[in-house]
Amino acid sequence: MIKVKELTKRYARTTAVDHISFEVAKGQIVGFLGPNGAGKTTTMRMLTCFLPPSSGTATVAGFDVLEQPMEVKKRIGYLPETPPLYPEMETAEYLKFVGQLKGLSGAELQKRIDYVCERCSVADVRNKLLGKLSKGYRQRVGLAQAIIHNPDVLVLDEPTAGLDPKQINETRDLIRSLAGSHTIILSTHILPEVEQTCEQVVIINRGKLVATDSVRNLQARARGAESVVLEVAGRSGNLESSTVQQKLERVSGVSRVLCKNQVNGRAVFEIESQKGRLVRGDLARAVVESGWDLNELRPAAMSLEEVFLQLTGKEKESPAEVPAATGAQL
Amino acid sequence: MRNAWIICRKELHSYFVSPVAYVLLSLWGVVFGYFFWAELGVFLKYSMESQMSGQIYPMNLNEQVIRPLLQNVAVIGLFFLPMITMRLFAEEKRTGTIELLATSPIRDLEIIIGKWMAAMLLYCCLLLFTVVHFLFLFKYGNPDWKPVLIAYLGLLLEAGAMLAIGTFISSLTKNQIIAGATTFAVLILLWVLAWSDFSNAGWAHVLSYMSLVTHSESFMRGVIDLKDGIYYATLIFLGLFFTARSMESLRWRS
Repeated sequence: MIKVKELTKRYARTTAVDHISFEVAKGQIVGFLGPNGAGKTTTMRMLTCFLPPSSGTATVAGFDVLEQPMEVKKRIGYLPETPPLYPEMETAEYLKFVGQLKGLSGAELQKRIDYVCERCSVADVRNKLLGKLSKGYRQRVGLAQAIIHNPDVLVLDEPTAGLDPKQINETRDLIRSLAGSHTIILSTHILPEVEQTCEQVVIINRGKLVATDSVRNLQARARGAESVVLEVAGRSGNLESSTVQQKLERVSGVSRVLCKNQVNGRAVFEIESQKGRLVRGDLARAVVESGWDLNELRPAAMSLEEVFLQLTGKEKESPAEVPAATGAQL
Repeated sequence: MRNAWIICRKELHSYFVSPVAYVLLSLWGVVFGYFFWAELGVFLKYSMESQMSGQIYPMNLNEQVIRPLLQNVAVIGLFFLPMITMRLFAEEKRTGTIELLATSPIRDLEIIIGKWMAAMLLYCCLLLFTVVHFLFLFKYGNPDWKPVLIAYLGLLLEAGAMLAIGTFISSLTKNQIIAGATTFAVLILLWVLAWSDFSNAGWAHVLSYMSLVTHSESFMRGVIDLKDGIYYATLIFLGLFFTARSMESLRWRS
């Protein structure tokens, strides 16, 4: 549905987007991930024909953004970072105006207005001035505006920014429910959002593509060696963490033991083992046999956050490939 | 053209839903009302004197009341028109709604013409106020309506040119105050260029020919002069054309 090839945007002194290539299949949700100023918005603006690329090509639904912008614009719904609302308009008036801009009219337009109001749960503010709406409603009206003409592609620039947790969840659910019938690109710098909503993720940093893969693969790729978290408690209420550490280090297969924190006779360790060695059973035995209580023992799954930091942090050395991670030493 | 009309309706809506239109209309009403009262007062005094002295002075409503008043309408417009155009693009750029317009399947030119048309229609509303005043003259007097009509045509053309310039300047900035002040300065300069014909040099004639006022005189006298019509049409075209270029550069720059 979306094909981006060697897309570049140069400004007078800086290169905002530097030879980015990726593809999005029909009906997918893609998370566009990067720290602030990474070039997410610029890329989205090029996809929506707001900015022309300096070089490279981007096609949406088979139409080139430079050659046939009108065809692209008809097929794209765009929610910029700040929803483009006119404060002096009422919600329904505004949606009608946007619908007309996108080429809808008459009964069909009315039907679409009713539908998007329902879908984005803004029906109860239909006759309120946009300038008086709360942030959450403004965002949802922005989303309603983006889907009013039932576009093939939705481009959402930080759709959950500035919302409260409940609204964030609602917006995510809404976005997820729109996938399938729409192809969605969603930019964010919030990682759990990508983990929860997206199937595919494109990570960029300082204008360069860092990684593009499915969310699951990315987590798996970054995990590499086995790493576990272990909490130990002393029976009598006091515990010498250095003794425990020595004991744990002696377990075969363990490569590194790190004491994360120690309070009131309890200590939390992070333990890395050599690749391919399962050490959890041995660790548990070692703790119990030494007369301590084993409070917790779990694999330390690397969150996307750590993957992200790892990828963007190491960007300078190897921009294009994902480095084989050795654990979560962040 | 349908798209231009959609934009135009939206602009009119924001003029008339916000206090902008009402404030402009009522201020205009007060200012023009005073002009009318003063001008007519002078005329009435003159006509009384004529009767008292028993001599018949040459009296003419068209020449002595309507024409100076309509010339003053153009002058008041000089102050009001920048306030009509200053928000057209500056506001959209500031709030980011320009992104909605620029990513919709609609041509830049349609956006520009729509906005300019809305400004013209608001100016027509202002002119309606003056028409109401003149209706009284037609009820109690007997002025010739043809030169009045031509003078109004001249006013519309002149305002069209001024609004096109204002639209262009509004597209250059995010700040309404800057847009308004710059438009006002540019319009006033274009206005007083007429004064440069004190000199006999060739360039002075060119300058004075470029003035907005020079070309309104024939219309005000009730004469349609093609070259004046072409002058205003050219200014309108140039203003809107440069707005289009400015919108395009927005995409290449921002």
